[in-house]
Amino acid sequence: MQKILLGNEAIAQGAIDAGLSGAYGYPGTPSTEIIEYIKKQPETKAGKIKAHWSTNEKVAMEEALGMSFAGKRAIVTMKHVGLNVAADAFINMAISGINGGLVVVVADDPSQHSSQNEQDSRFYGKFAMVPILEPSNQQEAYDMMKYAFELSEKTQLPVLFRSVTRLSHSRANIEVKDKRKQNTLNLLDDTQRFALIPSFAKIQYRGLIEKQKELEQIAENSLWNNYIEGTDKSLGIIASGIAINYLLENFPGGVPYDVLKVSHYPLPKEQVRKMFDRTDKILVLEEGYPFIEEMISDYLGREQKVTGRLTGNIPRTGELNPNIVAYTLGLEDKIDEDIPEIVAGRPPQLCPGCGHIDLYEELNDIIPEIGDDRVFSDIGCYSLGVLEPYESIDTLIDMGASIPMAKGAADAGLLPAIAVIGDSTFTHSGMTGLLSAIWDNSPITVIISDNSAVAMTGAQPSAAMGKLYDIGKGLGIKEEHIKVIIPLKKYHDKNVEIIKKELDYQGVSLIIAQRPCVTMSNEKKDLARKFNTFEPSY
Amino acid sequence: MKKDIIISGVGGQGILTISAILDTAALESSYNVKQSEVHGMSQRGGAVQAHVRISDKPIYSDLIPKGKADLILSVEPMELLRYLPYLHPDGYLVTDINPFKNIPDYPDETDLRKQIEQFPHHRIVDARTLAKRAGNFRAANIVMIGAVSDLLPFDDELLKKVISDLFQRKGDRIVQMNLDAFELGKNAILVS
Repeated sequence: MQKILLGNEAIAQGAIDAGLSGAYGYPGTPSTEIIEYIKKQPETKAGKIKAHWSTNEKVAMEEALGMSFAGKRAIVTMKHVGLNVAADAFINMAISGINGGLVVVVADDPSQHSSQNEQDSRFYGKFAMVPILEPSNQQEAYDMMKYAFELSEKTQLPVLFRSVTRLSHSRANIEVKDKRKQNTLNLLDDTQRFALIPSFAKIQYRGLIEKQKELEQIAENSLWNNYIEGTDKSLGIIASGIAINYLLENFPGGVPYDVLKVSHYPLPKEQVRKMFDRTDKILVLEEGYPFIEEMISDYLGREQKVTGRLTGNIPRTGELNPNIVAYTLGLEDKIDEDIPEIVAGRPPQLCPGCGHIDLYEELNDIIPEIGDDRVFSDIGCYSLGVLEPYESIDTLIDMGASIPMAKGAADAGLLPAIAVIGDSTFTHSGMTGLLSAIWDNSPITVIISDNSAVAMTGAQPSAAMGKLYDIGKGLGIKEEHIKVIIPLKKYHDKNVEIIKKELDYQGVSLIIAQRPCVTMSNEKKDLARKFNTFEPSY
Repeated sequence: MKKDIIISGVGGQGILTISAILDTAALESSYNVKQSEVHGMSQRGGAVQAHVRISDKPIYSDLIPKGKADLILSVEPMELLRYLPYLHPDGYLVTDINPFKNIPDYPDETDLRKQIEQFPHHRIVDARTLAKRAGNFRAANIVMIGAVSDLLPFDDELLKKVISDLFQRKGDRIVQMNLDAFELGKNAILVS
């Protein structure tokens, strides 16, 4: 049956049809729609598949590992920077190995459409020494998921499934196939390898290294890696993932050069060797970092055979497109975009009526008195407060960094120091940082801008809903320094007064600025209000 | 048959609805389709676009190459011009003339209109007014589908069926309003 699916939906449907039992993840562009799609399916609603927004990516990874430990198939989804958070679990479950098939789906964001960096997850796959799959289109994303689970169970390793923004967020008609049954609960006879005390872990680690030969052999013969011989030997092209599409787009009648399509790693060495033997020069087309290029280039640069992003033949940063490939191959004479001068930039901005706006207007009344460069913030819609017209916040590094950075700056003598963090970011990675500051009685003021949603990614439910006051209290903040405010114009003066007073306090204060996200349906807003039972501190 | 269409506007203006209608019509016509879209931060009042590619042959790139778009369909006049580098020399520029001003340096509207009118194949539609006439200004995106219906590889009956199916769950009144918006868009071609 033909269906139009978003790349992320094709990944999700592929997993479901491969006998998926559990899907875990944390929302993050461009990965969010995978879990959202699975959550909407009738078998999920009927309780036959578990689909869960976990509190963070590490938690999600470990929940998926638990599902796998019990013998069932699981996926865990995240954006590329989420894999940094989950890296501890990811690296170590490659050591322990898995039981039921476990596929780690990571969506990279070349060109940084919605991200702090364009890190390439393939390095993590290599680092963990596990197989990596990199689909080139939506149909492959669907078909490859079944293969990914089989490969995972065959090798007893987690498989890294790498997508990129242009695949995750592009729709296509795809052929949907039969559904496999789910695995039954099935424990291993011996689960010792999951207990990574050094004596067991050393055995596992050596086993993983020994397994590399097998992984190379599988990738060498993989149906996802294809060598197509050309007639013109002056050039050979290695194209990984979706890069192959931009190449084919430029040669509708067939590529004259040798082409190696790579969608399964470890890199198939024999096929790369074949290209070295048959062609004069090699061009590597890959999304993200020069991963393959670096691997096959001569480190000292004595041999100039391999070209790509490192050699400047392809721009070092940013995603590929048909025009960049055409330019590199000499088919076009420029790659610049000539946007008419009359067109002004239109950056994203906070929605009209958003509670973050009121909070920033309150902070902006205070900042001239206390001085600039002391509002440490975090990841979410409120990150837009860096820009005009607010310019209220000064930093944004990673999920949860606001509170520890405020503490460190306060330790250095930058007083007062303020952290502004969202509710979901707080429960993702903010709580441990807050406890550290409380433990040290640091003079910082933490403002949770609580909209009761993971708003930037589409207002997914927030695990923090209704719990923030109690978390603050439970972690040890004195109740007289936990304030609840409502960021609305009519409370502006009162809110300014409350914030100022807490800035004077020489310990940890928590201000919860609470108003449901304006983009949420009335139904969701009412639910949030039902949970948010703590009275404002007026 | 091959149609490369860029749909542009501002986050929240119904770009994805237009794309979904074209995708579904393509599927019903047994064409291949690829449609790249924008999610995430830009959807918050920023510039957004979708690349819709429809063909009876395999489609490779999710992105339309520059200079190859047969049509740029915009629900906002300045956003139309942002994607000009993608336009094929014989391609069409079609836009709703009503500006969406959420930035301090929005250009002069008369200048914008003049630039658009320089192109031989352009259509300027007052979609907002026509949508209001149909019943709700939010249907401006459906008016715009009407305004390019003769440039699409689908007959009107199919487009109307897809529009009806899409809005069915919202009730007959909303379906009719959107069908009216489509018709008003079609007729707008004659007067522009």
